[in-house]
Parts: sequence; structure tokens; C-alpha cells
Amino acid sequence: MIIRYLALILICQLAGETVQVATDIPVPGPVIGMAILFTGLLIKRGLPQGLDTTAGGLLRHLALLFVPAGVGVMLHVPRLADEWWPVFLAIVPGTLFAIAITALIMERLGRSTLRDEDKV
Amino acid sequence: MNPPDLAQIWVYLAQKPLTGLTLTLCAYVAGDWLYEKSGRNPLLNPVPIAIMLIAGLLWTTGIPYKDYFEGAQFVHFLLGPATVALAVPLYQQLETLKSSGPALLIGILIGSGTAAGCAYGFAYLGGASIQTLLSIAPKSVTAPIAMGISEQLGGLPSLTAVFVILTGITGAVLGPLVLNLTRIRDWRARGLAMGVAAHGLGTSRAFQVNAVAGAFAGLAMGLNGLATAILIPLIFALVF
Repeated sequence: MIIRYLALILICQLAGETVQVATDIPVPGPVIGMAILFTGLLIKRGLPQGLDTTAGGLLRHLALLFVPAGVGVMLHVPRLADEWWPVFLAIVPGTLFAIAITALIMERLGRSTLRDEDKV
Repeated sequence: MNPPDLAQIWVYLAQKPLTGLTLTLCAYVAGDWLYEKSGRNPLLNPVPIAIMLIAGLLWTTGIPYKDYFEGAQFVHFLLGPATVALAVPLYQQLETLKSSGPALLIGILIGSGTAAGCAYGFAYLGGASIQTLLSIAPKSVTAPIAMGISEQLGGLPSLTAVFVILTGITGAVLGPLVLNLTRIRDWRARGLAMGVAAHGLGTSRAFQVNAVAGAFAGLAMGLNGLATAILIPLIFALVF
């Protein structure tokens, strides 16, 4: 983790939050920050090693970062008990249906560019 | 001198941010240990284990979630910077993105709409309340972005986080079965579908099976996050 690149990431987030508040566009501030950083990399045409290390450090344990919010499930137990059926429908058949449709469409769209190494 | 009263020490510690923070990291380490011990069984994902351990402890001891979050917020805060950091893997996959042409972008856009549409539509058909509908719509997007979208829509970010995790586990465990049933013979399509519908957990599963599938899943996860973050709030602003 290199401090100057951590500062850069925080600056991008702060800029993103500022844009979000100033323009009131319905996109989360950190997502705008991601777009800003991505644009910066495109302009610079290169990824500094230190930024790679710092971003890697943040993303390696991405899963850990949503534990605190996930513990908030304890506040939602009554809701989940009441609405277990729609929640189940959306999560199990909903996700599997989305996987099937997306794969079928992508396979169709990608037929002309399919290389042998991409075949199962 | 009286021996220190354990109950008093407990009351003191429970109010300290350090306790919530330590508890979060320890529970995650325990979850990760179980996951590794099981040979990385997708059913034993460290996140739900950590959540159940902490929620169970708070529930038995009667510590309110608010007090726990005083400490845990230091971990929670990093979701923002981590979202910004997603620009880096996205940039690293720029060449893959260019080589597959417009098929990739169209595939992700349709997939993104299908995933959010299925989430909302299936929950709506099941009779979900409006808060649940708003919280479940971005469930296929990677957690930090999904929680941001949920907050923007007026949903409950913490409820969204739970839906996101359950979605990821479902996709990682049952997704490959569905892809076999539908006879998808293109690794790019298989990876893309896993990344779009089941974010990071789907991506890590795709990487285990095939490198091409993994790269497409990672790219799909990132672009789906961006597409959903822009499209869902706009659609909601226009429709409702």
C-alpha cells in the first residue's frame, strides 16, 4: 500500500462525490470516482506499479469490506421472514435465469469471432 | 480492593470502536479458515460465515448493531476507495475488451438489464414490498456498487448487501449447472454470464474453471457495475 496512490484513489472518490452532489445525477459518487480514475489511466496510457499494488491491496479482500453491512441482516430478520418467498424467487430462479439468458445471447453475438481456444 | 467486575469491563469494551473492528476481522479470519479447510467449497463462503458469527454474538450478548458499527465502520468505509480501485483491473483488461468488439458490450448491456429485470420482476411477482424491491434490484452487481445504487434508489444498503452475497453464492454454486443444461460451448459466453449475474463470487468460480472465462467474467463484473449504476437509477427516475 503506497500512500501517494491511496491519496490518488481518495482524491478520485472525493471528486466523484463532489460531482454527484453538485449535479445530483443518480450515480454513486465512488462509481464516478472509478470512471475518473479509469479516464485518467486511458489518458496517461500506463498503469503505475504503485497504483496496481495499492488497488490490488484494497481489492484482494473486497469480500471482507461488506461484512459490517452484511451483519445488518440482523435488523432485517422480520422482513426476511415475511418476504422469504419473493426474495427466494428473485435470488435463486432470478439469478439462474439471468445466467442462462446472458450466456445464450453472448454465444449468439460472439459466433463470428469465436476462436478454437474459446471453445469448451 | 475488589476484583474487577467482568460485567462492567464488558459494558466498557462493548462501547469501544476497537471491539467492533476486532470482531469483524476475527470473524472473517475464522470464516476464511473454514473455507480453506473445506477445500474452498463455494457453500462455505467466508462472508456469510463471518456475518452469522458476528450477528449471533451480538444477538446473544444484546449489543445493538449501532454500537458494533461504531467500530466496523472503519472497514465499511473502505468500500468507497475499493470501488474506485476497480478502475485498475478494468484498465488491465482493456485489450481483451477491444479484441472482442461490440459483442462484449452488447452482451453485457443485455445481461445487465436481464439480471436487474429478473431480480425486480421475480420479487414483484412474489409480492415483495417496495423497500425489498428497491433493495433487490441491483443484487447482481458487486457489493460496493450495489449498496450505492440501493441507497440512491431509497432501498436499504445493508439489505442489499445480504441479497448480493446470496446471489453470488447461488451463481457460483448452481451457475455452471445451468450453463451445462443450456449447452453453452463458448468460454467467453460462460464467463460473461457468471460475471454479469453473480459478480465477484461468479468471477472467482469462472477463473477456477478456465482462464478465458475468468477474464470475461472479471470484465463483465466491472462493466455491469458501471452500466447498472448508470441505468437503474435513470430508469427509476424516469418511470417512478
